[in-house]
Amino acid sequence: MAERERRMTPPFGGVFVSTNQVMDQEQVDRAIRRMAHEIIERNNGTESLVVIGLQTGGVPLANSVVAALEQLEKTKVPVGSLDVALHRDDIGLRPVMPEAVTNIPLDLDNTIVVLVDDVLFTGRTIRAALDALTSFGRPKVVQLAVMIDRGHRELPIRPDFVGKNLPTRRNEVVDVNSEGVDIGFMEKYT
Amino acid sequence: MKHLLALGDLDRDELSDLVSLVATFEEISQRSIPKVPALRGRTVAMLFYENSTRTRLSFETAAKRLSADTMNFSVGASSVSKGESLRDTVHTIDALGADAIVVRHASAGVPKQLTRWTDVSIINAGDGWHAHPTQALLDIYSMQSRLGELEGRRVGIVGDIKHSRVARSNVAALSTLGAEVVLVAPPTLLPPAVERWPVTISHDLDAVIDSFDVVYLLRMQSERQQANVVPSLREYRHDYGLTAQRAERLRDEVLVMHPGPMNRGVEIDDGPASAANDLITAQVTNGVAARMAVLFMMLGSGSEMVAEVAVS
Repeated sequence: MAERERRMTPPFGGVFVSTNQVMDQEQVDRAIRRMAHEIIERNNGTESLVVIGLQTGGVPLANSVVAALEQLEKTKVPVGSLDVALHRDDIGLRPVMPEAVTNIPLDLDNTIVVLVDDVLFTGRTIRAALDALTSFGRPKVVQLAVMIDRGHRELPIRPDFVGKNLPTRRNEVVDVNSEGVDIGFMEKYT
Repeated sequence: MKHLLALGDLDRDELSDLVSLVATFEEISQRSIPKVPALRGRTVAMLFYENSTRTRLSFETAAKRLSADTMNFSVGASSVSKGESLRDTVHTIDALGADAIVVRHASAGVPKQLTRWTDVSIINAGDGWHAHPTQALLDIYSMQSRLGELEGRRVGIVGDIKHSRVARSNVAALSTLGAEVVLVAPPTLLPPAVERWPVTISHDLDAVIDSFDVVYLLRMQSERQQANVVPSLREYRHDYGLTAQRAERLRDEVLVMHPGPMNRGVEIDDGPASAANDLITAQVTNGVAARMAVLFMMLGSGSEMVAEVAVS
């Protein structure tokens, strides 16, 4: 769950209450290192790779993935951020936050883009991200890395690299934070 | 926020939110394909009863970059020349399915009046001497993007304050954000009751010019000379123009701004104008982003879209 959903906005609105920690930070770090290995394996290195974190939850993860990639391959990997708020199909339900910036440092023509997000749920964010990416060029390939795949897809979208598959109920909320990954629910403000 | 009539209607938080939203849209304008589907299916009507180049073009560009459709209306080529009233014209536009009307009119208060006649969102693009909120918004954004917070900054607005809606809107917005505004003009170009404005007044540009963080020059309209408010444009330049000699006395990091179109050799000399050209062009570019932010606030979302920044 990203910062965006922490706000008092529908369809969430309220305070996240954790019922269970499903991954601690060490497990998250290991998952990131494994995903970095998988990304390198799939793409035969890091050449023409660009890692793009989705605002807001995917951005710190993208930075961690890039740090892991650079450590493994000893080369620089460009990293960017993308805010898809203006491309969503439920625009009006979620806030547009000025501090969630889009920063894509280079032309994406013929690059391999790895989109990074914290939680993959309905797939609508990713659809919006794919739409938004077309404004920045024509990548050769777009791949998707997520820390948590919690199921309940509403669109034909699947991840390429997954930190953890986490079966959930629809009304549960998954929160990736600086201490790990929690599962819980939103308590409404009264 | 349903309508945007004047920036004075916004409180400090609303105004800061709107200004920071402009940055989001500035980034979009820099993309290789500067278009987002945020307002797909919405229609924006441009109702311009007064001539305009940059405001109109920039509203139109803004609407298109948000994927909204635009309806254009120019007084000369419409039924207004057959005597259709403003009210009937607005009802017609309403019936055609516009979601917002961008209106410019020579009479102050026209946008406000329109809000009583229709449910469509009304955006003021300049009404008489009253207000020009999107111009002030882009000015504030231009200042903030170079200076940071405007609290405590000293902004000098020089020239024809009396007939300037740009000056009124800027004074309202700058004082909301806590900047200190100094109006510099001859007494004939100051509005009545200016002593009730939240500003300091000076009639001597040379005495205050070295204290400004921003110098905002207003266009000296030659029509005003015929109305005998200044003896001559030469004398105006001598007393209130930003001449090369005066430009040397400005602080090093000062911003020189102008809403355009500039009269070189009247309110600003050629040299300082070229030196300031960067920012004056940036003002026009920022105008598109500012108007995108306004259209998005009105049509995309409602103001609740810009949620408070949660502390976590």
